[in-house]
Amino acid sequence: MAKIGVFICHCGENVGAKVDCTKLAAAMGEHPGVAVSVEYKYFCSDPGQESVKKAIRENNLTGVVVAACSPRMHEATFRKACAEAGLNPYLCEIANIREQCSWVHTDKDMATEKAMDITRSMVEKVKRNNKLQPIEVPVTRRALVIGGGIAGIQAALDIANAGQEVVLVEREPSLGGHMAQLSETFPTLDCSQCIMTPRMVEAAQHPKIRLLTYSEIESVDGYIGNFTVRVRMKSRYIDIDKCTGCGDCITKCPAKKISSEFDCDLGKRTAVYTPFAQSVPNIPVIDKANCIYFKNGKCKICSKTCQCDAIDFAMTDTFVDLEVGAIVVATGFQVQNNSVYGEYGYGTYPDVINGLQFERMASASGPTAGKIQRPSDGAEPQTVVFIQCAGSRDPSKGVRYCSKICCMYTAKHAMLYAHKVHDGKSHIFYMDIRAAGKGYDEFSRRAIEEDEAAYVRGRVSKVWQENGKLMVRGVDTLLGRPVEIAADLVVLATAMIAQPDAKEFAKTIGIGYDEYGFYNEAHLKLRPVESSTAGVYLAGACQSPKDIPDSVAQASATASKVLALFSKETLEREPVVATNNEATCAGCWGCVLACPYNAIEQKDILDRSGRIIKRVASVNPGLCQGCGTCVTFCRSNSLDLAGFTEKQIFAEVMGL
Amino acid sequence: MSEPFEPKIIAFVCTYCTYAGADLAGTSRLKYAPNVRIIRLPCTGRISPMFILKALQKGADGVLVSGCHPGDCHFTHGNYHARRRWMVFRALLDFIGIPPERVKYSWISAAEGVKFAEFINSVTEDIRKLGPFEQYSQLIGDTQAPASL
Repeated sequence: MAKIGVFICHCGENVGAKVDCTKLAAAMGEHPGVAVSVEYKYFCSDPGQESVKKAIRENNLTGVVVAACSPRMHEATFRKACAEAGLNPYLCEIANIREQCSWVHTDKDMATEKAMDITRSMVEKVKRNNKLQPIEVPVTRRALVIGGGIAGIQAALDIANAGQEVVLVEREPSLGGHMAQLSETFPTLDCSQCIMTPRMVEAAQHPKIRLLTYSEIESVDGYIGNFTVRVRMKSRYIDIDKCTGCGDCITKCPAKKISSEFDCDLGKRTAVYTPFAQSVPNIPVIDKANCIYFKNGKCKICSKTCQCDAIDFAMTDTFVDLEVGAIVVATGFQVQNNSVYGEYGYGTYPDVINGLQFERMASASGPTAGKIQRPSDGAEPQTVVFIQCAGSRDPSKGVRYCSKICCMYTAKHAMLYAHKVHDGKSHIFYMDIRAAGKGYDEFSRRAIEEDEAAYVRGRVSKVWQENGKLMVRGVDTLLGRPVEIAADLVVLATAMIAQPDAKEFAKTIGIGYDEYGFYNEAHLKLRPVESSTAGVYLAGACQSPKDIPDSVAQASATASKVLALFSKETLEREPVVATNNEATCAGCWGCVLACPYNAIEQKDILDRSGRIIKRVASVNPGLCQGCGTCVTFCRSNSLDLAGFTEKQIFAEVMGL
Repeated sequence: MSEPFEPKIIAFVCTYCTYAGADLAGTSRLKYAPNVRIIRLPCTGRISPMFILKALQKGADGVLVSGCHPGDCHFTHGNYHARRRWMVFRALLDFIGIPPERVKYSWISAAEGVKFAEFINSVTEDIRKLGPFEQYSQLIGDTQAPASL
């Protein structure tokens, strides 16, 4: 027989003024199964909680209903009080008679009647509540960081420096990401390589970091604290243990005319190559598609040159299986292909380049050794036109958002150009200047005031070639007249877009993404570094366009989340999870289609001789987040949701 | 003269959006019609059509279902499942003798306390105009009364 305690809180005047608590307490006292029904000014106060505990002990209550404020306010408080009195905390429910009753109604009789309905309905639910235990999940204290750009490196270093193991996976032959490509960084004009390469070396040499470059994630299974990840280590055709990184093979390789991805097609590389001189690890890879031996079966010059016999043309991809407890996704971004703007001539006119190409050109280690020159003839450009928002904030090109960094890097480009070509003239077409950030507005002002960049507010409609010049036609909306500039070089401030395989990759690891392919955080404001999947965190530009400081900050934030997770050997989760009745489950797998978390697995029921009698659904409580969508899908009523069972909800309806 | 008809409405809402929106209406001290009783669920995906039928059978004159806006579901897509289920279920309502106007579906976010209050008022007025829903309860009442054959 149920012995429910009903505790009606006046909340001072908040409830008491509109709900007749005495009448409510009396009515609830009459309700079948209610052993105690009392009212009090503030049940959330210490004496209030004590009185609840005392009532539980003295009456051996089997359930508690606190009619008070919203459960979002004090459910945890009263469940804790129940636990302290020896009652399973999940046998306590809150009847919300403040936010959803006394505060929103004016007629006292109607409000009292409604409060009675709400409380009675909750009493009927509690009668059917089950004792639940928090779910304990073991935690593997090893983190996987996917992506070896600045965000991934920062996250890996922060986690490793706190003493936890990290596996850092990068799909390119070297760490570094986009930051390694940059010349100098706003707003300080630090040389990017100078601040980046020490970090790369630190990550590679860290005793707690295992570095897997030229590797990609094949599959991710499991759940928070217990992921199993398979990594494909792509074949370098060079034995990473034997190679000393002397670079002789690179010097001797006869296939020299391959366009360099790292230099954004402005430079050339060989078929056996490291992306850039400071690559970490400093071990080359052989580009199978362009290697003469792989194409013609003859050459092997690298092999003959190599003194340590590190070259192995027979090498194949290998797989590494990892057990990790947390995953940091730091897969970064790509720049949009500017040929979407046919009118700007990118891809047609060699002297129309994008921002990243300008970075390589301005970089001292770049293809022009830091000299600004026209890709077409190598001449020093006397007039440069920068076009901002070449892609961003343009729904017609599929990018509605602001790429956030372009205003700043265009200002930086204008400054770098002014510092390198003293008599040069730069013009910048812009829509708005968005320079929010520490030192950012001052920086863009400097471009205008000290380095004499001419900002023109307006869009460019067309770029065409005429007499060896690029004619740029746009509009100056502040003066209200068209502008035409004869330029030597045009630089497009390209939109940052998600990696081309971002959506596919999101499905591999089971996280959400937005319409553009950027990964969704669990909550835009309050959980900005967690993905919707527990145990998977987001750092850097894979979540949205970001500059370096923001990426680093977010990466450190993910590290703190990972370290919090690793601070205990097990983690406790709310037991609101789906359960399955295997006896009635028919194995239709409707629930599998419904589950957003891949929490439902197939389970074989075996007889004594080990033969499969039937296959049923089995809910993994570590993965289940407790939405209950599967329960509603279940045709045989086998699934149910702890804490919100069918019985409980029907009882709630019947109690109204 | 008889008392004005006060409809009884049962709302099934998700805890992350609409329940929080209803709480916000409360903390903002908005006033709305006292005819709605709210049942909290983790997600609209958990809401079975059987709950709606049970509510109507129990004597509700109207039922409403509300959750997070499309794309905002805390559980990524429970509300899409709920919407699909609703599309099918709505088509069946007429067939089983329930005027579809008695069951309302809506998206109300945790930030939309005002929308919640306005929605409750408008639904209450709509259901008031429709009058009591007696098809089910009357039938149950008749079957329980002594037979007069």
